[in-house]
Amino acid sequence: MSDRDAAIVGIYEYPDRDVDGEVNPLQIKAACAAKALADAGLSWSDVDAIYDASEGGPMNGLTISEYFGISPTVIDTTGVGGSSYEFHAAHARRAIREGKCKVALLTYGSTAHSNAFAIGVGGRGGGGTSPVDNMESFAGQTLVSNYAMAARRHMFEFGTTSEQLAEISTATRYHAMRSPDAVRAMEDLEFIDIRETTIEDVVSSRMIADPLHLLECCMISDGGGAVVIASSEVARDCAKPPVWILGSGEATQYPTNGGSLTSSAAVQSGPIAFGEAGVSPSEIDIAMIYDSFSITVLTILEDLGFCGKGEGGSWVEGGRLRYDESGGPALNTDGGGLSSNHPGMRGIFLLIEAARQLRGESTSQVDGAKLAIAHGNGGMLGSRHTAGSIVLGGD
Amino acid sequence: MADRSPTRPLPNLSELDTAEFWRGTQANEFRYQQCANCDTIVWHPRAHCTGCVNGDLEWRVSAGAGVVYTFSVVRQSYHPFFRSQVPYIVALVDLDEGPRFLTNITGTTPEEMDVGMRVQIVWEEHEEVHIPLAKPM
Ligand SMILES: [Zn+2]
Repeated sequence: MSDRDAAIVGIYEYPDRDVDGEVNPLQIKAACAAKALADAGLSWSDVDAIYDASEGGPMNGLTISEYFGISPTVIDTTGVGGSSYEFHAAHARRAIREGKCKVALLTYGSTAHSNAFAIGVGGRGGGGTSPVDNMESFAGQTLVSNYAMAARRHMFEFGTTSEQLAEISTATRYHAMRSPDAVRAMEDLEFIDIRETTIEDVVSSRMIADPLHLLECCMISDGGGAVVIASSEVARDCAKPPVWILGSGEATQYPTNGGSLTSSAAVQSGPIAFGEAGVSPSEIDIAMIYDSFSITVLTILEDLGFCGKGEGGSWVEGGRLRYDESGGPALNTDGGGLSSNHPGMRGIFLLIEAARQLRGESTSQVDGAKLAIAHGNGGMLGSRHTAGSIVLGGD
Repeated sequence: MADRSPTRPLPNLSELDTAEFWRGTQANEFRYQQCANCDTIVWHPRAHCTGCVNGDLEWRVSAGAGVVYTFSVVRQSYHPFFRSQVPYIVALVDLDEGPRFLTNITGTTPEEMDVGMRVQIVWEEHEEVHIPLAKPM
């Protein structure tokens, strides 16, 4: 097994999903950072590396250091969308291994819900300065229809059904109903009929962009979080048991003539992460996979090797992704972006819930969970996206 | 008073990589690039060859026929123009010459749509630019 040289030692997930204009993203980041450092038994002065997805602006490595009042010697503002935090975890481990830092701080804060961003169905405006926008914006593609095109192709090639895709939504809601924070999130965001869902509920919900139904689409919340990653020396003295970073992989994917929409950049990033960790998919207890939409998870489960390409539909049938079922990893046990928390870039919550599971702190705790994968997908599945895979192990 | 009803978002004709493509649409030509050195089809348009480092890109004109690689039917959009168009079909079309482009399928209904359907480019004419849509053959 891989070297145990860097570990997640502190975590915090902002509990409010509707802040109603009372706080801003930078305040959310700072509040989460303080709580995550306290969780680790550390303080601001211990932080010597800062990671930020630069969604707040091009100088955010500086802005956030000043706001927090820290003087890091490693500053990394890799911004690759919702998977940025998996990239940050990978980079933090590398920097720690090189001896460049000992305590790395990752933070995220967003008020996407309060700002009333129509993330999913807004569509793009005209023209633009990038050649890609200039070739595509006339067509009125929405974010939902982008993912829907990937789902349509998956159905065409492999016979995947809406009922099979709905398994992702029902398993995730099953977990969400066990989490008081997730239930409160759904209440605050005015979900109708907050309860466990059936396959029939999902496939009879309103079509947003064929073939994706409302209950296959993530929420748009406010929120944020923080993760503290430390060297093995520091980790040994922290307040909570370390959750070791065992392997990482990074990749990109974009449209090519004749390319496939039924697989994602996880095809590249997954094997690298598993290989470095010396772990196979069948050993994984917890799969934290970016659930922007049902199809995102189904595609990535296949790409990571939990089942063969095209077999995902039949493989997810029967509920094996639930925390109390055997035959597969427990999927998104925090309730996911579908039913708990999606302020635009969900990647940090994948690390946080994986760490909770490996500490034994989840509300849908898998007995004896030892290995987890956190897989972030940034950008859009049906066109251009990034993938960050992190394999994590308990102490 | 000018008509203020929202219109389809149109390309920026001064964007450097794609200006030549959009100039071609005025003659109802779907232009794409191929490298004279390595034969790579480059799409979307850009200034360099992605297949070799001695690129020599030349413009070609597609016959405008292709197949639907995948599609979706947009039922909900908050965009000022597209909200008035729902439900509408977005699709990736593989032109016979190679380029895969994003467009709308017109002249049919969502129920008639299939992956693999043969389509032909049809031009929606605007003042300075024509937009390449596709309709079933
Ligand atoms: Zn070339």
